[in-house]
Amino acid sequence: MSDQTDNDILLSVRDLVVEFPTRHALLRAIDGVSFDVRRGEVLGLVGESGAGKSITGAAIIGLLEPPGRIAGGTVTLDGQRIDGLPLDEMRKVRGKKIAMIFQDPLTSLNPLYSIGRQLVETIQTHMDMSESEARARAVSLLEDVGIPAASERLDAFPHEFSGGMRQRVVIALALAAEPELIIADEPTTALDVSVQAQVIALLKRLCADRGTSVILVTHDMGVIAETANRVAVMYSGRIAEIGPVADVVHEPHHPYTVGLMGAIPDLDTEGDRLAQIQGAMPRLDRLPEGCAFNPRCPRRFEPCATKRPELMPVGASLASCFLHDPAYADLLPREAAE
Amino acid sequence: MIAFVLRRVFQSIIVLLIVGLIAFLMFRYVGDPIESLLGQERTFEDIANLRERLGLNDPFIVQYFNFLLGAVQGQFGISYRAGVPVSQLIAERLPATLELAFVSGLFALIGGVALGVYTALRRKGVIATTIMTASLIGVSLPTFLIGIALIWVFAVELQWLPSNGRGEVVAIGGWTTGFLTSSGRASLILPAITLGLFQMTLIMRLVRSEMLEVLRTDYIKFARARGLSARAVNFGHALKNTLIPVITITGLQLGSIVAFAIITETVFQWPGVGLMFINAINFVDIPVMATYLMLIAVFFVLVNLIVDLLYFAVDPRLRVERPSSK
Amino acid sequence: MSETSVEETKPAAVIDPKDAPSLWTRIKRSDVWYSFTRSPVAIVAAIIVTIIVLASVFAPLISPQNPFNPAELNLMDGFSAPMEPNQFTGNVYWLGTDDQGRDIFSTILYGSRISLFVGVSAVLLAMVIGIVLGLVAGYRGGWADTIIMRIADVQLTFPSILIALLVFGIVRGLVPPDVRNDVAVWVLIVSIALSDWVQYARTVRGATLVERNKEYVQAARVIGVKPFTIMMRHVLPNVMGPVLVIATIGLALAIIAEATLSFLGVGMPKTTPSLGTLINTGQDFLFSGEWWILFFPAVALLALALSVNLLGDWLRDALNPKLR
Repeated sequence: MSDQTDNDILLSVRDLVVEFPTRHALLRAIDGVSFDVRRGEVLGLVGESGAGKSITGAAIIGLLEPPGRIAGGTVTLDGQRIDGLPLDEMRKVRGKKIAMIFQDPLTSLNPLYSIGRQLVETIQTHMDMSESEARARAVSLLEDVGIPAASERLDAFPHEFSGGMRQRVVIALALAAEPELIIADEPTTALDVSVQAQVIALLKRLCADRGTSVILVTHDMGVIAETANRVAVMYSGRIAEIGPVADVVHEPHHPYTVGLMGAIPDLDTEGDRLAQIQGAMPRLDRLPEGCAFNPRCPRRFEPCATKRPELMPVGASLASCFLHDPAYADLLPREAAE
Repeated sequence: MIAFVLRRVFQSIIVLLIVGLIAFLMFRYVGDPIESLLGQERTFEDIANLRERLGLNDPFIVQYFNFLLGAVQGQFGISYRAGVPVSQLIAERLPATLELAFVSGLFALIGGVALGVYTALRRKGVIATTIMTASLIGVSLPTFLIGIALIWVFAVELQWLPSNGRGEVVAIGGWTTGFLTSSGRASLILPAITLGLFQMTLIMRLVRSEMLEVLRTDYIKFARARGLSARAVNFGHALKNTLIPVITITGLQLGSIVAFAIITETVFQWPGVGLMFINAINFVDIPVMATYLMLIAVFFVLVNLIVDLLYFAVDPRLRVERPSSK
Repeated sequence: MSETSVEETKPAAVIDPKDAPSLWTRIKRSDVWYSFTRSPVAIVAAIIVTIIVLASVFAPLISPQNPFNPAELNLMDGFSAPMEPNQFTGNVYWLGTDDQGRDIFSTILYGSRISLFVGVSAVLLAMVIGIVLGLVAGYRGGWADTIIMRIADVQLTFPSILIALLVFGIVRGLVPPDVRNDVAVWVLIVSIALSDWVQYARTVRGATLVERNKEYVQAARVIGVKPFTIMMRHVLPNVMGPVLVIATIGLALAIIAEATLSFLGVGMPKTTPSLGTLINTGQDFLFSGEWWILFFPAVALLALALSVNLLGDWLRDALNPKLR
């Protein structure tokens, strides 16, 4: 991770803590997450459901579901802190600087308004444009995302589009005000497999053309491997490992990442059964002591059950695992020390 | 869409035929029409003549058909008590009821939607919680007690508003209206509040829960994520979606206002069809009761049809054929 | 048939421990008593209801006078204000007297007696009608189901007070004029019950549809158990929870319906007034300043209806933990 003042860095998240007060307990959904997003890069955010990846995205854009709230840490965009901004200020960030794409294109569009109206409304909120200028821009956005006969379809309603087409409209809406960062929260999970790759490719191309950064939230390592420049693996509200995508995929350092990679079908190593990680991710109200992964970890050793590992450099990546902590090197089980 | 509307019209006609049958059965078998029309001095010959003249000797189906035919033409028989055609009674009294129902419906609708939206947006606020608690008690209050309480405060103690009748009315053609005189308008206030309060509470609670539901949807989240103003999100996007399910129930609620007017009209001695119905029950004036029943049924059916058509106007998903796949 | 089902619906009587969880065990499991002790609203409501019920049952023992026995009335006592000595007789009445010199407190006791009687009877009758029709519709299916549920649908379109008024008018028309006042109570009960059976029928029908196709019911049918027995033993216990909730809330509605009809002047006659009739009478004196003739019966009605309603709400939440 480079210096915070680096001009290359668009978004910087430091020690982010998100809490959900419930009737029974105060749940920490995100517990001390830090990462940077560089200009023009695609950062993948992966993990099982409940790992906190979507909540991280929602926290950045300030749309946590109540009673969830940011309880600590900072979010800095272009050198300006955006966590805890007053609502009016935050509204100027949303859509204009950070846009968000949600999982289900079927429910992301208001069924009662034509897509043109929703586009024009968004464009005019952020850009000083007349109705006809905004409509012209809406048409060109729809053309950019590959909607055929865009000018005719401007007045169509969401239900007149297929799922893949609707997600393209959603992408057009996200791009409407030329944001610097797009948070895409499982943008293809709800789509047919056949159109998933197209939509991802489209998103990647559009963002590359415009120099827009992307945080791609997904549980699909395959998508990440194809799309992202860097990837952060999340587990129980913390980052287990973060690094360049090639390193994390081919040379994972955290045992959880190792397990995750083993769970991807790989055509090269045929015959092997898919590796599985034993057990399930713990519930937020029953987090174990020490490293949250330790009860499932095949390489658990002495410090794991009592101390919590911080991110530490391993090769080109960072991993939060005591296996890579020089301070515990002498306690390592023999086979791991090789 | 046309097929749908036709189906609804067909269903409505079935309902009307059934209600017509009930009305006919009442007419024919409850209370003896001969007894009611002829006085004490009668001969067997009179009775036989009258039976023949009224068609009471015809087969059942023919009698029913003739009854319906008469009803369609506005002939509902003669009131046992008043001795005048029921259609004339209704024509005299319907304007009073319709004006009252219209004003209280408007009151219920505007107040209910406004309060519902307010309590949904300020879910945790002190005023909103107070309104919700009050509405909970309000729903279980009998209408007539609300009316009496209003009379007590505003008519007896403060003497601000009249407590009975319509005040001065102006006749325009066959229609009498209280809207044009100050006493007519003043007389409307208390009955309209009494009649509308219950419906307002229901609409408010419905709007609130629907709005809360809509505010949780993805498209509202997405609208927020695009940086739209709170105004555009709450009133542009959320409210319109809220109103779709609200339309049906609200329509039915407004339909029942005319029926609930019976109670309000009695409390305020409002000279409408509801008060006429109560008097008819007291005197077992069957033709008036049967006619009132049919009137209400027609009103309900009309309201239902309007609600269905409104759906098409508001929801674009219903206007077009659905795409073959979702 | 309807007689039997009332007896059979009493809890515990039909419970076979081998069956799916019966009402009683479900009540125990859902911690109704625990939830009751934890709900101040429910406790207060229950206390108010208990007081009113006891007071009306023992009205002849408690009330200072029998307000409908002319021998006990003194016209001179008329229009006494509450807690003030009467200007002619010096008698003091807690809640005042009406124009006839009837003690308001006593009329309320006797009035709630009638209101409760009509309310409870109407609910029981509606319950019996609803359960029987619901069982038949659900178990027989076919045309019986279609007819019953069609009627239910049409009836639900109209406000129940309108149905009650209509039934009242029709039944009144069928009864000879000279006995109309004497049978008013029964006419009232029938009209309220007929306006209120639909919800029971719908609930019971739904549960019956679910049970009907279960294997043990099929098995019982195969070995020749009568449909009626099957429904009584297996279907009814499963729906008693929801039916109980509907009945409690229905009781509040029935009490209000009775009061409304009587207030409208088409319910209980002035000779045997219910709370609604008393309010109707009292309204005449509102303008001349004798507010108490109206006020106290109205408060009694409110306390009764509101408490029963709150009890019903609480019961619904307690029997259905999913909603909490």
